[in-house]
Amino acid sequence: MIDNPVLRIIAKIIIPMILLFALYVQFHGDFGPGGGFQAGVIFAAGFILYGLVFGTEALRSAVPPGALRLLTAFGLLLFAGVGAVTMLAGSDYLAYNALAQDPVAGQHLGILIVEFGVGVTVSAVMITIFLAFAGRNDP
Amino acid sequence: MLIESVNIILLALLAVTAIAAVRLRDLFAVAMMFGIYSLLAAVMFVLLDAVDVAFTEAAVGVGISTVLMLATIGLVGRYERGPVHSSLLPLAVVVATGAALIYGTLDMPHFGDPAAPVHQHVAPVYITESPQQTGIPNVVTSILASYRGYDTLGELAVIFTAGVGVLALLGLRRRKRPGKEGVRQ
Repeated sequence: MIDNPVLRIIAKIIIPMILLFALYVQFHGDFGPGGGFQAGVIFAAGFILYGLVFGTEALRSAVPPGALRLLTAFGLLLFAGVGAVTMLAGSDYLAYNALAQDPVAGQHLGILIVEFGVGVTVSAVMITIFLAFAGRNDP
Repeated sequence: MLIESVNIILLALLAVTAIAAVRLRDLFAVAMMFGIYSLLAAVMFVLLDAVDVAFTEAAVGVGISTVLMLATIGLVGRYERGPVHSSLLPLAVVVATGAALIYGTLDMPHFGDPAAPVHQHVAPVYITESPQQTGIPNVVTSILASYRGYDTLGELAVIFTAGVGVLALLGLRRRKRPGKEGVRQ
């Protein structure tokens, strides 16, 4: 925990903006630069800034390690699960055309879901790695 | 002409940063050098119109990996010991490998050549047909998530494996606080 009031207040102001920007990058990736990988890293950066300023113990109570483990697996399973769903719908693995009546709508939905899965796993893994390294330094 | 001089300046700065990172013994400064190196690389990607790659490089290379390096420096100490062996042999190996790689690039199609095989194969189909096939304006996203979905799933599996590896090696164990734990025991 850093006792500098300027840092703490600035962090409190910009962390919500970082998280909001990450969501924008996540869901605007279809139209502009960005996508799950970038958004996941930016989302994790918000939490890592929180951990740097308020201490890893505070970060650990904000995102419990159990939830991190679940989210790490959830994103990958979501991506792989979309493939299973398209196979159940009678098409090839990860052929999003089968997700909706209209092939283009299916593509759009599939890309949105797998990008979300990418974002979840990437941000959970980044926070996990940060906690694993920085958390060992605690007194 | 302007873009060439900007490219030359950026490449020169990249080389200077890399040499500084190799020569410095203060690991904190080395971590900063790597951050600057990534930022310069991100600017180069923007100049090459690869904004998605530049975005990733800026977020991962400048942001997360610098923080992770700093966290590691916090664990292992700030100053590197001097080299034990002479660095002449490694330097010779690196120079020879680099020369071989540059020699190898001479056979490659010229940079940005529209007749290069890579621009003749599937790329034109992606560029012309992906907006109708996927309904997504950003062709990078549609290639990444749809046409090359298997590859992206594999990439995500790599990141997942990295997370699992770190968890297995370091774990997220809670520090035992003697005051609180003592009462329970």
